Amino acid sequence: MTMTTREEKRSKVTIHFAGDSGDGIQLAGSQFTLTTALQGNDLSTFPDFPAEIRAPIGTVAGVSGFQINFGSEEINTPGSNPDVLVAMNAAAFKKNIRNLKKGGIIIANEAGFDKRNLRLAHMDESVNPLDEVRASDYQLYRVDITKLNREALQDLELGMKERDRSRNMFALGFVYWLFHRNLDPTLQFLTHKFQTDPIVLEANIRALKKGYHYGETIEAVKRYSIESAKLKPGTYRNIVGNQALAMGLIAASQKAGLNLFYAGYPITPASDILHFLSRHKNFNVKTFQAEDEIAAITAAIGASFGGSMGVTATSGPGMALKGEALGLAVMLELPLVIVNVQRGGPSTGLPTKTEQADLLQAVYGRNGESPIPVIAARSPSDCFWVAFEASRMAVEYMTPVIVLSDGYIANGAEPWRFPKSDDLGKIQAPYFSGKEEYLPYKRNDKLVRSWVLPGQEGLEHRIGGLEKEKETGNVSYDPENHEEMVKIRAERIARIADDYPALERIQGPPKGRVLVLGWGSTFGSIKVAVRNAISEGLEVSQLHLRHVFPLPNDLGDIISGYDQVLIPELNNGQLSKLIRQEYDASVTAFNKIQGLPFRADEVLEKIRELHGA
Amino acid sequence: MERNGTAYSSKDFSSDQDVRWCPGCGDYSILKQMQTVLPELGINRKDLVFISGIGCSSRFPYYMNSYGMHSIHGRAPAVATGLKAANPELSVWVITGDGDGLSIGGNHLIHALRRNLDINILLFNNEIYGLTKGQYSPTSELGKYTKSSPLGSIDHPFNPLSLALGADATFVARTVDRDPTHLREVLKRAHEHKGTSYVEIYQNCNVFNDGAFEPWTDKKQRDANSIILQQGQPLVYDGGNKGLRLDGLKPQIVDLTEGFSQSELWVHDEKDATKAHILSRFFNHEPGPDKFPRPFGILYSEDRFTYEEAMQNQLDKALELQGKGNLDELIRGKSTWEVE
Repeated sequence: MTMTTREEKRSKVTIHFAGDSGDGIQLAGSQFTLTTALQGNDLSTFPDFPAEIRAPIGTVAGVSGFQINFGSEEINTPGSNPDVLVAMNAAAFKKNIRNLKKGGIIIANEAGFDKRNLRLAHMDESVNPLDEVRASDYQLYRVDITKLNREALQDLELGMKERDRSRNMFALGFVYWLFHRNLDPTLQFLTHKFQTDPIVLEANIRALKKGYHYGETIEAVKRYSIESAKLKPGTYRNIVGNQALAMGLIAASQKAGLNLFYAGYPITPASDILHFLSRHKNFNVKTFQAEDEIAAITAAIGASFGGSMGVTATSGPGMALKGEALGLAVMLELPLVIVNVQRGGPSTGLPTKTEQADLLQAVYGRNGESPIPVIAARSPSDCFWVAFEASRMAVEYMTPVIVLSDGYIANGAEPWRFPKSDDLGKIQAPYFSGKEEYLPYKRNDKLVRSWVLPGQEGLEHRIGGLEKEKETGNVSYDPENHEEMVKIRAERIARIADDYPALERIQGPPKGRVLVLGWGSTFGSIKVAVRNAISEGLEVSQLHLRHVFPLPNDLGDIISGYDQVLIPELNNGQLSKLIRQEYDASVTAFNKIQGLPFRADEVLEKIRELHGA
Repeated sequence: MERNGTAYSSKDFSSDQDVRWCPGCGDYSILKQMQTVLPELGINRKDLVFISGIGCSSRFPYYMNSYGMHSIHGRAPAVATGLKAANPELSVWVITGDGDGLSIGGNHLIHALRRNLDINILLFNNEIYGLTKGQYSPTSELGKYTKSSPLGSIDHPFNPLSLALGADATFVARTVDRDPTHLREVLKRAHEHKGTSYVEIYQNCNVFNDGAFEPWTDKKQRDANSIILQQGQPLVYDGGNKGLRLDGLKPQIVDLTEGFSQSELWVHDEKDATKAHILSRFFNHEPGPDKFPRPFGILYSEDRFTYEEAMQNQLDKALELQGKGNLDELIRGKSTWEVE
């Protein structure tokens, strides 16, 4: 009996790949992402993996997931409930089945549902959950991936373990077939990755192709096609947040004519920035893997003192360790960029999960009065712009600047209509002009001191963490001088806000009932929620902050145009506190602290609630 | 070194700031000898940088007419690492103390030593916390009575030179504030050494720990208790009355007045790591005729590539392999697509 496979068009699909943390799920996910980007779909991804490198095999705790939402329409989030679940074992199934949309597709690796796997997943060993899936609920593909893959690789000189390692490519191949994806980008990737190991290369290529042809063999019910998205015309690439951030740093250093000195201590989820930069030394980038977080920031300060653009990146616990040195940077008034790729806290917290709970730490977390500008990235590609902007501010205003990213956008990917280097503004360091007497803490009209580098004849001077006399910079314990210096340091940071571009509403009317105000990585979820709310006829607008400290001068006016301000955050209400403190506004905090990003429908529901709907 | 046709004098290195250490502090002597020796070192003042942490000794940069940074407690070696790595042209000197360098900043110190940047680390050891008014430090002797150890310290002290050798430092020396000539000579050698030079300077804190180094500075005692190391010379001390010899790896004190000849003695070789380790262990708190003398001078000196050279080599290599970085190519990446 032959059946013809039906074709269906979709405008948007969400796929969730899940398996053991050793199953190659992240690799399969990132390959699907690249392929899909190159096919012209808009997309957003969310990798979600355990903190352990090889968590106990087969357990729910060890499940690694990768979700991608892609389509022919605008995509702002990795999607809430997947249309497709690829489950390599019972634990992956158990963890994710409740999120799968009714009528969705399950691709299950049969071998991952044996008694042993059921036991490891703490499921009833006597019942295979796949037997329980009702055809009316889901479209189930039970594929014995392990067996089919082993058969396909039978004649290759490979051990069983090594054969099984390419199972992810088999699964990926089948998903490629289901969604009309092009195999070429992944074939090219494999060829490059395994260029020194022809047998492993052959195994992976064969697995991918076998998986692809499997769809035809079994005469699957339906295949889906998703047309290219109608994105703004231009040239696009796929970009991951941490990568974008590192490129932004390089771009800024080039535009400022400075060497980039990056010092870091390995920490999840910031380490990829160090990895990326250490591969790009041909941009005059010096990378320094320090002995600890404190050495990383102080070495960056030393490099800035010496005339480089000093940068360090870390995550929450590392940020806590850097606190004292941040204070030093405030006193020294040298350029310095500090990146915090936030993760769940407090303490070690949830290293691989996302959270926005370090905002108040960034704004206030130092001894003494020590204001530092804080800016936040809203999406993977925005990490580039924020890194560039932070570097510009650091150099032009001679100040440390804190960049807040988080695990969600650091590891997430999206298409990016990237800029040309000529379109990036120039960055001008305030070097000493040499026209007048040099005083280390003499300031220009923006209260910025000039930058003199060791090696400059006749301008020898000393700086340090002790309070300094106005202008000369000499150590001073004078009471009035200290108060004046505290005020000057506050004022010079406050004045940076005078140079911000005007705030632009993302959507919705300029006045009305509800303003949804966000910062950082919640941008996409809020955007979708507000768009849907508007289409439901609700009176709601969206504003998203890049500069979270100092707050923009025009924020107060905008806020006053709305009856209520809804602030969704992945913390216990930190921006809400700042806004309540600064403005007379009716603020509703909406908080999620689960180590996961917002789903758009969660925000939408809250907007409806505020409308009394 | 010449500037405007005239050679530097020690005054050229003196800043306009009043020196505020306690009268009689050993730091004055070290500052003076540094300013005295600098004109001989051939460093252009514009390239000279002093980096310190926190503590009495760390005020040092304010008194030097050069570039300088008084950073935060214990972190000077890390600041200096970033500075020197970013700008290898500079002559970088780290000023630290026993609390700053060996306690709160111990981690940075050992890592700076193993990395071997071409910097000089001067550790002013007074075996006490001075600026916080007299608590025991990581080099205070066991049983020391201080404000924070009224019943005596129970912390086993660090041996600062063994620690440095253990961290594979390439230049390890000891000198003392009360011997200006020796101090200047060691500073000069530290500057000449290419790599991290680690110099422990015994420094008397006359307020909180007066006389801590008397056995090695007092004219009546010092000859019997200390030995001045000189490259290629036999280890002789106590006015030529005593010497040291090695029985295998076991050091022995020999009485030169009782028939031992100098030819049987241990000859100092600062390139010998094993012997340097043995010398560094001459560390008895209570000196005595049967105790090994405390060594002063250069215990160890090794030629090894510097960190900043290796770092620059990698940049050069990257240029050779990848070509000069092109920002547009970087941003564009390998795979792009067009949207019409």
